[in-house]
Amino acid sequence: MNLHAINAIYRFEMARARRTLTQSIISPVISTSLYFVVFGAAIGSRIPQVDGVSYGSFIVPGLIMLALLTQSIANASFGIYFPRFTGTIYEVLSAPVSYLEIVIAYVGAAATKSIVLGLIILATAALFVPLTIKHPLWMLMFLVLTAVTFSLLGFIIGIWADGFEKLQLVPMLIVTPLTFLGGSFYSISMLPPFWQTVTLFNPVVYLVSGFRWSFYGIADVSPALSLAMTLFFLIACIVTVAWIFRTGYRLKP
Amino acid sequence: MFTAMTTMISISNLSKTYEGGFQALKTVNLDISRGEIFALLGPNGAGKTTLISIVCGLVNASTGTVTVGGKNIVTDYRAARELIGLVPQELTTEAFETVFSAVSFSRGLFGKPANPAYIEKVLRSLSLWDKRNNKIMTLSGGMKRRVLIAKALSHEPRVLFLDEPTAGVDVELRRDMWALVSELREQGVTVILTTHYIEEAEEMADRIGVITRGEIILVEDKATLMHKLGRKQLTVQLQEAIDSIPETLADYGLERAAGGHALVFTYDAERAQHGVAELLRDLAAAGLAFKDVNTTQSSLEDIFVDLVKEER
Repeated sequence: MNLHAINAIYRFEMARARRTLTQSIISPVISTSLYFVVFGAAIGSRIPQVDGVSYGSFIVPGLIMLALLTQSIANASFGIYFPRFTGTIYEVLSAPVSYLEIVIAYVGAAATKSIVLGLIILATAALFVPLTIKHPLWMLMFLVLTAVTFSLLGFIIGIWADGFEKLQLVPMLIVTPLTFLGGSFYSISMLPPFWQTVTLFNPVVYLVSGFRWSFYGIADVSPALSLAMTLFFLIACIVTVAWIFRTGYRLKP
Repeated sequence: MFTAMTTMISISNLSKTYEGGFQALKTVNLDISRGEIFALLGPNGAGKTTLISIVCGLVNASTGTVTVGGKNIVTDYRAARELIGLVPQELTTEAFETVFSAVSFSRGLFGKPANPAYIEKVLRSLSLWDKRNNKIMTLSGGMKRRVLIAKALSHEPRVLFLDEPTAGVDVELRRDMWALVSELREQGVTVILTTHYIEEAEEMADRIGVITRGEIILVEDKATLMHKLGRKQLTVQLQEAIDSIPETLADYGLERAAGGHALVFTYDAERAQHGVAELLRDLAAAGLAFKDVNTTQSSLEDIFVDLVKEER
């Protein structure tokens, strides 16, 4: 293991986050606070409890997931795409670094950032609504697994993208809609039966449901299924990344 | 001359065909010995950068093997790459990092523990110390080039690749670069530089290889090439064509040219046994009248241009 290299890349990425503090931490916190004001306080006061939880509290896990998913992808995709764009990737590719080490460093840094962000949003939420976390260890596990999985997805997007437009494409067109339709702001039991079935094809449902269960003990699908689905996405991403490196896809001609 | 003990880089049967069918390298074989300064000379698009990129791990070879310090660059890439520093042709630097942190980053990337004292030494030797806390984006092109060199040297490599090191670089940096290369030579570092400036190859290199259209068509010690440069040719235009060279002139090794209307005398200006004056006297004695004489001296550039032209 080239630990010095992992450390160097990790620190480099974290330094980038510190330089862009406004963009990486403050703006997600502000936008999440806005959701609380709008959905939690303004609209939420007119909405009855969902599964015995006040609406404001109910949306907290979903909001954290929304931030976690989008920020993991944004951080990781930009982290690897930008060196490709400027050409500085040559140095990483010519260094005595294994692909595993590259992934650990880039994905580890991106996941760290979004986990920190998730915890900050959680703390912010605690200022607005009453919170309980019934299963803190499960909560942390879902948080970490989701952050790592979607950072891996971001890494894949960052390698696949050949322009800034594509970098935005997947998050904008796929991830954000899936998250909004994945029960972040509602329980899928609130939907008509047909749409409930359709929703079960949305992978984000399982992430949000499992995460919410760790808070309030209520879930749309069983926590075990949520965990299984999360692990399935994680493995799918790992397999894709392994394929990318084995073939040198978009990295080595 | 190049035994296994002293070979630093060994390239055998290396070829590269890019996706889309462009063949950038055709069966390249080349050995570079430890501590040698090797110049790879060739026109644009000859395959210089592809060759370097394969050795450094940026491009996958289609066929062939490369070892650096006896380590295979694919199966033992860690050991091989630790030895190598690369200064790329393009000015690809981070933008927002400071000089010091960027160079320290490179050292870590190559698996070396932090060593601020060594980084300071490198930065000072490249006149970058004053700029250590500047963001790289604020530096001039020449300074960015220095940063790239500092990054390549940050992990104390035993082999340094300089890809077109002085393209678009001012005189001062060019002089500094030459000084740096000779300093590295004293430390026993092997240096491979690509260039299309012949003057640069002459100044720095021990050996020169000429590459064109993906093939290395000549590898020679600079001294041997210089010897060739020392050769001169005297062409004598005769008034009347001759069918054969008179026996009295046999010692000169003359060649008939222009259908017998000219004789070409090749000689070493410094070490000639038979001088020009002697030849002209003997020509007259042999009854050959001439209307004109001219001498030419081939330069490395001529040799290079001829070689490259032949290949086309």
